[in-house]
Amino acid sequence: MLIKRKQFLQLGSLATATMMVPKFLKAFEQRPANLVPPGNKVVVVIQLSGGNDGLNTVIPIRDDIYYRERPRLGIAKDKAVLLNDEVGLNPSLIAFKDFYNDGSLGILNNVGYPNPDRSHFRSMDIWQSASSSSDYVNTGWIGRYLDAQCSGCDKPTQALEVDDVLSLALKGEKSKGLAFRDPKRLYGTSQEKYFKEISAAHQPEEETVDYLYKTMAETISSADYIFTQSKMHPSSASYPATQLGQSLKTVASLIFSDINTSVYYLSLGSFDTHVNQQPQQERLFKELNDAMKAFVQDLKDNGRFNDTLVFTFSEFGRRVSQNASGGTDHGTANNMFLVSGGLKQKGLINPLPDLGDLSEGDLKYKIDFKSVYATILNRWLNANDQLVLGRQYDQLTFV
Amino acid sequence: MVVTNQLRNQHLLWRAGFGPKAEQVQFLASISQKELFSKLVKSSDKRPESIQVAKNSFDGIMKGFADAGKIQSLTQEQKQQMRKQSREELKNLNGRWMEEMVNAEDQLREKMSLFWHGHFASRNLNVFFQQQLLDIVRQNALGDFRTLLREVSKSAAMLAFLNNQQNRKQHPNENFAREVMELFTMGRGNYTENDIKEAARAFTGWGFDGGGQFVFRQQWHDDGQKTVLGKRGNFDGDDVLEILLDNKKTAQFITRKIYRFFVNDVPDEAVVNSLAEQFYKSGYDISRLMETIYSSDWFYDPKNIGNRIKSPVELLVGIRRMLPMAFNNPDVQLLFQRVLGQILFYPPNVAGWPGGKAWIDSSTLMFRLRVPQLLVGTDEVNINPKTDDDQQMGMGDMESPSKVKSRNAAAYKKLMDKFAGATVEWDVYLQNFTSTEKTKMIETLSQTLLQRQGLNKNLLLKYADISGRDNLVKSVTIELMSTPEYQLC
Repeated sequence: MLIKRKQFLQLGSLATATMMVPKFLKAFEQRPANLVPPGNKVVVVIQLSGGNDGLNTVIPIRDDIYYRERPRLGIAKDKAVLLNDEVGLNPSLIAFKDFYNDGSLGILNNVGYPNPDRSHFRSMDIWQSASSSSDYVNTGWIGRYLDAQCSGCDKPTQALEVDDVLSLALKGEKSKGLAFRDPKRLYGTSQEKYFKEISAAHQPEEETVDYLYKTMAETISSADYIFTQSKMHPSSASYPATQLGQSLKTVASLIFSDINTSVYYLSLGSFDTHVNQQPQQERLFKELNDAMKAFVQDLKDNGRFNDTLVFTFSEFGRRVSQNASGGTDHGTANNMFLVSGGLKQKGLINPLPDLGDLSEGDLKYKIDFKSVYATILNRWLNANDQLVLGRQYDQLTFV
Repeated sequence: MVVTNQLRNQHLLWRAGFGPKAEQVQFLASISQKELFSKLVKSSDKRPESIQVAKNSFDGIMKGFADAGKIQSLTQEQKQQMRKQSREELKNLNGRWMEEMVNAEDQLREKMSLFWHGHFASRNLNVFFQQQLLDIVRQNALGDFRTLLREVSKSAAMLAFLNNQQNRKQHPNENFAREVMELFTMGRGNYTENDIKEAARAFTGWGFDGGGQFVFRQQWHDDGQKTVLGKRGNFDGDDVLEILLDNKKTAQFITRKIYRFFVNDVPDEAVVNSLAEQFYKSGYDISRLMETIYSSDWFYDPKNIGNRIKSPVELLVGIRRMLPMAFNNPDVQLLFQRVLGQILFYPPNVAGWPGGKAWIDSSTLMFRLRVPQLLVGTDEVNINPKTDDDQQMGMGDMESPSKVKSRNAAAYKKLMDKFAGATVEWDVYLQNFTSTEKTKMIETLSQTLLQRQGLNKNLLLKYADISGRDNLVKSVTIELMSTPEYQLC
C-alpha cells in the first residue's frame, strides 16, 4: 500500500467544532441575514431527464386525436388515474391524485420556448441556463440567483443539488451551488485531514490559485455545515429505498433544520423512451410517486408544506404520434407539476394541449418556461427575477 | 515566484504539450528553452498516423447505406443498435487519442489538436465522421488555418452537426453559416443577420454521402447573387470562407482565443494585436504563430506561469506522463472525463468547453484532488456521473453504484473492482531521484511536479511515508498531485 489509508483518510471526529460551541455564543457567531428560518420559502426542483412524454403523464382522456395517434401507446381511460372527467394521470401517479384532491397540485400545460431544440444536451442547457435557443450561456438560472443573493456570504449553501456532479443550473458567474449525494459522505470526503490542513495553511498569493483554495475552503466548511444541519432535526419518516426517495429524505431533513438553503435540485431519469415506453415511464413515475408521497406527508407532519414548492420539468416533451417501436420521439412543449400547500392556483392551471393545432406533429408552446422561473423567483423566493433572467418575463399567478 | 530555468522548461512543456514525462525530469534543470522547443518542433514535423478505430463490419454497415435516405428506413431498434456500436467505437476513439496524448513524441501537435478539437466542436454519434474530423484536425493542427477551416467545414461531422444537409435552395438552414461566423472565424458582433442569411445561401448544396465524403449537390445550390460583408457576387461556400479569412477580425478572434488558451486567460491586448497582425500577414500560419508565442520573453513572465487551470484531459494525461500506469479497466478514464466535465468528442455544444474557472466547482475540485489516490487505489470510486441521453438514449450504460449496491452486494463489489484504478510503473519515475538527498526530497519533488510553490513543506512531511526512499518519493508524489496547486500549470 502506498500511503497508509488510515493515515491519509483520518476523519475528523464527528463531534465537530460547531457543535461544541455553547448555544448563546452560537447566536453571536454569524447569524447571517440570509438564513432561512421556518416560514421562509423553499423550492425543490425535480428534473425529469431525457424528455418525458407529457401526453402519457397528463392524459387527455376525452381527446380522440390522442387515441388515434397512439393506438398502442395511448393510456385508456380506465387505466388512468382520473382527476376529473377531462383529464387523468399516468397509472403510477396515484399519490398525485391525493395532491389534486386536497388542492396542493397544480398542472401547467404547454410549457416550452420559441424555436425549440430537440437535442437533449442543448435543450437541457436552454432550460438550465434560461437562455434563448440561439444563445450559449455558461451560467444557470439558480447560479445567477445565488450571485444575486450571496454577495459575501461565507456559506454558499443556498442552492444544493443532491447528485455527485453539479448541474449547469446551479453555476453562477461568481457563486456555484454545491452538489453532494449524501451529507455524511460529502463530509467524509471533504474532511480528510490532509485536505483540511493544506486548506488552512494556504496564504493568499495569486488570483487563480486563491480561487481554488477558496472553493476548497467553502466546500470543507459547507460540508461540515450541511452535515451538522442534517443531524439537527433529521426526518424520522419512512421513505422508499430508491435514489429519489432517499434524496428527498435528505432534503426533508435539511428543510427541517436551520440551514440557509432555499433551492434544492434533484433529477430522475432517463425518460428518453424511444423504444418500449410504457414500462419504463411507469417504473420511473412509481419512483417519483412513492418518493413524493412520503415527502409531502413528512412536510405536512412538520408544518413545512405551505412553505415548500416542488416543481417538475423536462427538457422537452415528445411527439404526439407513437413511433413503430412502442415509443415516442423527441418533441417540444410539455407539462409541469407544481406541488405545494401554498399554491394560489390549483388543478389544471391552463388548458390541455390542442392536438388539432400542432406544429408538424408537435405541440405548440403556450407558456415560456422563463415565465415560470420568473414567477417563482419573484413571488416565491422574493428575488429580482429580471436580474437573474436578464430581462422581464410575464408573471404567472400560481403562487 | 523564483523563475528558474527548470520552471521555464516545465512551463513550456505544460503549455505546448501535456507536461513533462518521467524520462525528461533529469534534463529539465539544465537544457535551454531554445533547445527544448527545437526538440518539440522537430518531433511534430511529420504528418501523424491517422487514428482509426471503426471496425470493418461497422464500416460495412455505414458504406452499405451509401445513400442517406436508406438510413431512414432502418427500424428504431436497428438505429439504436447502430448508435450503440457507434458509441462503443467512440469510446475507443477517445481512448486511442488519450494514448497518443500520453505517449506520442509530437506533443506540440497533439496539444494544438486538442485546442482545435474544442474550437471546431461537433457532436456526432457517427464514429466514422468523428474519426475523419479528428484526422483533419491532427493533420492540419500546425499548418495553415485556411486549409484547416476549409477541410473542417467540408467534413461530414460538421456538415451534419450544423444541419447543412438540410440547407437547400428553397429551404435554407442558417445554422452552419451562423456558427462558422460566430464561433469558427470572426466572432460575435462582426457581421449582421443578413450576412448570415446570404452566407447560408452560398453554402447550399454542401453535403456528404453515406461514406462521409464531401459532395456538392448542384441541384440544391442557390447560385444567385449574394452580398456578404459588403462584397457582392454569386458566391459559393469556398468564396464565403475566403471572405471571412480576408477579414482581419478572423485573425484577431482566433489569435485572442489561442492566447487565452495557451498563455493567460486575461489577454494582454497589445500582445494579442501584434500576434494577430503577424498571423494575418503570414497567411494564417499556425506554426509560426505558436513559435512566436513560445519564444517570446513575455511567455515566461511570472504572471503567465502556474495560473492556468488544467482541463480534465490535461490533468489526466499529465499525471500519466509522469507516472506511467496500466489500467485495470481503461473505461475509468471515461468516468473521470465525465465526472470532471470534459468527454472527448462530446463537447457541451458547438461553442466547445468554456474552460478556466468553469472547470471548478465543489464536486469537480474535490474529485480532482482525489484522482491520484483513486488511480493508485488508496481511495474508492463511489460516484455516479450524470447520464447523457444524447449518448445513451435511455439506456444507461453506466448504472449508478449506489443503485447497484442497494440491490446486490456482490454485483456492487464487481462494479467497484471494474473501476479499481491502475497499476503504476514506478521505476522510470523513481530513477530520477536516486541521488537526491532525503532531506531535499520534498523540495525537489515539489519543484518537479508543481508550477507554484506555496505549500507548507512540513505538512507534506507529516503525511509522508518515511519508511524508505522509494516510499517517501511515492507518498510525497501522490500528496503533491492531490493539491490545488497541481491543478495549475
